[in-house]
Amino acid sequence: MTSLKRTVLHAEHLALGARMVEFGGWEMPVQYTGIIDEHRAVRERAGIFDVSHMGEFWVNGPGALAFLQHVTTADVAQLAVGQAGYGLLCRPDGGVVDDLFIYHIDHHTYLLVVNASNIDKDWQWLSAHAHPFEMILTNQSDTTALIALQGPDAERILQTLVGDIAQTLPFHGVTSVRHANHDLIVARTGYTGEDGFELFCDNDHAAPLWRALLATGATACGLGARDSLRFEPCLALYGHELSDTINPYEARLGWAVKLDKGPFVGSERLSHLKSDYTRRLVAFEVTGKGIARGDYVVTDQAGERIGHVTTGMPSPTLGKALGIALVERAFTKEGTVIQVIIRDKPVTAVVVKYPFYQSRYKK
Amino acid sequence: MSFKTPSNLKYLDSHEWILIEGDTATIGITDYAQDSLGDVVYVDLPAVGDRFAAGTTFGAVESVKASSDLYVPAGGTVIAVNEQVTEQTELVNTDPYGNGWLIKISLSGDQGDLLDAAAYAAFVDSIKH
Repeated sequence: MTSLKRTVLHAEHLALGARMVEFGGWEMPVQYTGIIDEHRAVRERAGIFDVSHMGEFWVNGPGALAFLQHVTTADVAQLAVGQAGYGLLCRPDGGVVDDLFIYHIDHHTYLLVVNASNIDKDWQWLSAHAHPFEMILTNQSDTTALIALQGPDAERILQTLVGDIAQTLPFHGVTSVRHANHDLIVARTGYTGEDGFELFCDNDHAAPLWRALLATGATACGLGARDSLRFEPCLALYGHELSDTINPYEARLGWAVKLDKGPFVGSERLSHLKSDYTRRLVAFEVTGKGIARGDYVVTDQAGERIGHVTTGMPSPTLGKALGIALVERAFTKEGTVIQVIIRDKPVTAVVVKYPFYQSRYKK
Repeated sequence: MSFKTPSNLKYLDSHEWILIEGDTATIGITDYAQDSLGDVVYVDLPAVGDRFAAGTTFGAVESVKASSDLYVPAGGTVIAVNEQVTEQTELVNTDPYGNGWLIKISLSGDQGDLLDAAAYAAFVDSIKH
């Protein structure tokens, strides 16, 4: 695994006995003790995740807002200083380059957090659209560590580290704090369906922060639990529910496309796609025997192909074999019976309410 | 971490083990396989009477994260299926060479590329990280 990139917390993971796997060119912990235990810890108490592999880009300058209005689907003008929002980078044909969080850190200053596997692609995309905006783009991915603290106990745990800001920071709020003589950026964001925070710091403070969080009793969680936790509330993962060839309406992310804000990259095509798309994500439960997995074929009851599974697994919280699939719109109604081809055999499944799990954000 | 590789068993490099006793054999997955997979939550096994050629898939074991196909180390006809393991899937993790066995077959004669315990242990050492 010598060619894989490592986060600054690599030695911490090994010390905890993590199983390391390749993910998007990175060597990352998939689990420490077990995915199910780690998943439950986040639903019931609190877990911490090393997500330092994710990309951090800064946008600075008087043209920062105009640039982000142009290149993302979000209405960034609605984000006051201290607020974060979700958005997409879309192609002119409506396909999705990446999904991202946009943090309004200061006047004329924004932090973008993008998927690890898309850092190079996003950097090229943003750079190609930088002209003529009066701003400077900086890629700080290699020097920034990111730890997610997620779960119902996250607020209480963060309070022991940084004080009352943990209670007063609103949903999707972002601010700077001091911890052990270092600057942290703390945001009330995350991707697990629970209340929680994301903590950005310089690489040299990552290990002390990680250890301080562990000392409070937070459970170290790997990418396995991160995936199962985001899956239950049906939070899209790039490369599965989103891609260059899946548009936001198909991915049920029309709410993240703000056509009213004025023209932006992709807006012309997206305004047509909004009322004219042929596939859509559905949530389904496997009622027959077996577990659906990503890329499995989905058919109608007659065996005719209607789409494919984007993510599927046994849900640790709900105890059922569940999945998300991208299927033709005629098959998206709740109660529709479909089939998933599992090891060459058709297995019955039924379309259910989307998402499986209602997120428990503190709003 | 080192994984158990009992010396009375033969192995496939796809991490199944086989215990050959005369004309019949018992098949399961190895300690390394169960550890790599994590908590097993589903086991898909064939029916008694199903026949398999050596090296073909006879089922799958699944964790939250992944599904892993199962390969028969030697050809034969299924004479018993471990019903207990389909209910208590954690047996695959806790006792992979004992109560976590998967199927028993009557041997038809064809065999895959079977490794002895030392060769399999060396193979696991070469791939684990």
